[in-house]
Amino acid sequence: MGDMKIVLRLAWRNLWRNHRRTLIMLAAIVVGTWAMIFMTALMRGMVDEMVKDGISVLPGHVQVHHPDFRDDPTISNVIGPPSGELLEALRRPEVVAWSTRVRVPAVISSEQDTRGVTLVGIDPDQERGVSFVADDMTEGRFLESPDDKGLVVGRKLVEKMETDLGKRVVIMTQDPENEIADRGFRIVGIFDSKLDQYEEGFVFAGQGTIQNLLGVGDAISEVAILGTDYRDVEGLTRRVADAAGADTEVLPWNEIDTYLGSMLAVMDGFVIVWIVVIFLALSFGLVNTLVMAVFERVREIGLMLALGMTPRSILTQIVAESTLLLVLGLAIGNLLAWATIEPLKSGIDVSIVGEGMEFFGAASVLYPALYLKDVVLANVIVIVLGFLASLSPAWRASRYDPVRAITQVE
Amino acid sequence: MNITFRLAWRNLWRRKRRTWLTVGAMVFSNILLVFMISLQLGMYEMMIVNALKAQTGHLQVQAPGYKDDFKIRQVVPNAKQLADDLRQGLATEEVAVRAAAFALISSGDRSYGAQITGVEPARESLVSSLPGLVTEGGFLSDPMAEEIVIGSVLARNLRVGVGDELTFIGSGRDGSFAAAVVDVVGIFESGVPDMDRGFAQVPLGFFQDAFAMGDAGHAVVVMAPGLLQVGATQARVEALLPADADLVVHDWDALLPGLKQAIQADFVSAWFMYGILIILVAFSVLNTQLMSVLERTKEFGIVMSLGVTPGRLGRLVLLETALMGIVGMVLGVLLGGGLVLWLHFNGFTYPGLEEMGGKFNLPGRIYPTVSVLGLLTGPLIVLAASVVASFYPALRLRWMEPVAAMRAA
Repeated sequence: MGDMKIVLRLAWRNLWRNHRRTLIMLAAIVVGTWAMIFMTALMRGMVDEMVKDGISVLPGHVQVHHPDFRDDPTISNVIGPPSGELLEALRRPEVVAWSTRVRVPAVISSEQDTRGVTLVGIDPDQERGVSFVADDMTEGRFLESPDDKGLVVGRKLVEKMETDLGKRVVIMTQDPENEIADRGFRIVGIFDSKLDQYEEGFVFAGQGTIQNLLGVGDAISEVAILGTDYRDVEGLTRRVADAAGADTEVLPWNEIDTYLGSMLAVMDGFVIVWIVVIFLALSFGLVNTLVMAVFERVREIGLMLALGMTPRSILTQIVAESTLLLVLGLAIGNLLAWATIEPLKSGIDVSIVGEGMEFFGAASVLYPALYLKDVVLANVIVIVLGFLASLSPAWRASRYDPVRAITQVE
Repeated sequence: MNITFRLAWRNLWRRKRRTWLTVGAMVFSNILLVFMISLQLGMYEMMIVNALKAQTGHLQVQAPGYKDDFKIRQVVPNAKQLADDLRQGLATEEVAVRAAAFALISSGDRSYGAQITGVEPARESLVSSLPGLVTEGGFLSDPMAEEIVIGSVLARNLRVGVGDELTFIGSGRDGSFAAAVVDVVGIFESGVPDMDRGFAQVPLGFFQDAFAMGDAGHAVVVMAPGLLQVGATQARVEALLPADADLVVHDWDALLPGLKQAIQADFVSAWFMYGILIILVAFSVLNTQLMSVLERTKEFGIVMSLGVTPGRLGRLVLLETALMGIVGMVLGVLLGGGLVLWLHFNGFTYPGLEEMGGKFNLPGRIYPTVSVLGLLTGPLIVLAASVVASFYPALRLRWMEPVAAMRAA
């Protein structure tokens, strides 16, 4: 214990013998650490928002539907409302919210224009907790009951179709017998979503109204289930699948929306690659600094060896120096990253490339997300790899022949 | 050989390992930059070319407002005549008329909303890649035929194949009811989910009849000789429009605003990362050069007292860095270029690229191209940053006192 104290004190003093060199290396480590954490937080924030938005748009965390529904999302592929075991599973505490929906492709016509949309029949009370619509209402009212006769549409669609709150539109779709089913609706509410494509793509009506229109009784297209964490849906998927029975398909969100799923998966890989790349760029400088530090102290090291210090303790000494440098750099880098991310928590406006972000499926405000696991990963990688990188110069120093080292002329 | 140059070169190799480590940092980041920038440039170009080929073309003549609202009554009157004039005026064949409307398409047992586009069968392949993407059956041929080409997902959803019959219902230009029965003659697969799911093409003449368009269209699509000539071609098209016509010319950037911004967003975030990498290399160089200057204090003191000016010594230090940078650049470009060349033939992919690529008109495997821009941009910036970083040690020499320096340990 006492030894370690001396080693550390020596290492600390050695570091500041050439303070310029140490400061430059320290600056490099700080910048590297800051970049690792800051960039990771930005990317994480972007993907998190994308996933959250994406999930709130419809899938939920886990979805139950007819096995053919994904390939052929029509009213022919429906399932009965949850009952028995499935209903029981939905009442368990790990299910935060769930809702049933009837979902069909439809054509909506105003007096001016005709568009293709997805018509979603919802139970407003269930839906409130699951998807975005209820929260994003900006004009008029949300649907009040499953038998509400009104229609809720997106702002963008209203503009493009030149219609407005309180006006009537006609919805055309197809019933299970392949007959055209149509009905007039009054627009009772308008929602503003973060992404235009949602505003244009979805219209919402009462579930009972749609079931009547299509003559399907109480059949539904899907059950969307919200669990506690979207990153951990496997258990929930399995439990629901067990309860739902064989004639349904139960899928987690990342298999329903493969783009979002793979974005999230790619992010984890990206974080590691980014941290390692930054570290490698740092490592050249780190090794160089240590090599130089060892080189200018050849005589001194020789003297220490001659006085009876073991090669092992020389090795420890040099490694301790580099570790101290790394720890110091990491500490400042982490602090700096935290200090820059904290004020940006309320969001960074990137609307200057807003339409481009929408191309990626992201909104035009970025919220950096600092994850403990990313910070830990960055620090562990730097310390472990830094330790390995400093072994080689330290090893060389410990192998000096004392006599030659002392007599070497600088 | 110039004496300063020779001195610089020899000085570099006095401390071989240190020089190699610094050069190593440069080579590492140069390889990475060459690889990333080449990949990026290749991807951007593919995104643009594929998106334009599949969707908008380079330029479109439209009625004002049509770009944002897509309303069926915002038409280009007498579109075919205008297209003929443009063909003549621009001396190119790559001009075609389109018209588009939303409709409910139904097969015997299924209905889906889709965008139906009326195209000139003989000319569409000159401005669009879609006719070439038909995987089953063939493309349209007769301008008046009651035929349709649909996307592969739409075909699957409708449960139809080539030869089956479809009906569509929509509203015409005058608000009238537009409906017709058509035969499926072809099915295309673009790889872009939105297009495959919700896109169909019919002959223009038939479209104009069905949707009460008369001789009007919604857009005249024009291809410029290349991406770089779009601006010039746009000006020529504008000059060729009849003076009294209420029409506007949009380039692809106006038609697909998301595309350029997506590229910009990606570009900026990528350069943030490259910037960090370059700064780290610069620190490494700064450290090396500062050390090398400090350890030569005595030597510099001697040569200064012999009459060498501090300016010349400063140039020596800068030249040493530049030489190191050039070695790093040559190695980086060679190795990075080799990597890109290898990938150019073998392709590059990573897990998830296929899912993401579909969103950006990209295939699941990318073949980056070797270009001067991709090879040299990164390494040149690294070289410049290295030289800038060694200004500090070089300038320190100005304050050096020869006598004190000679006495230094």
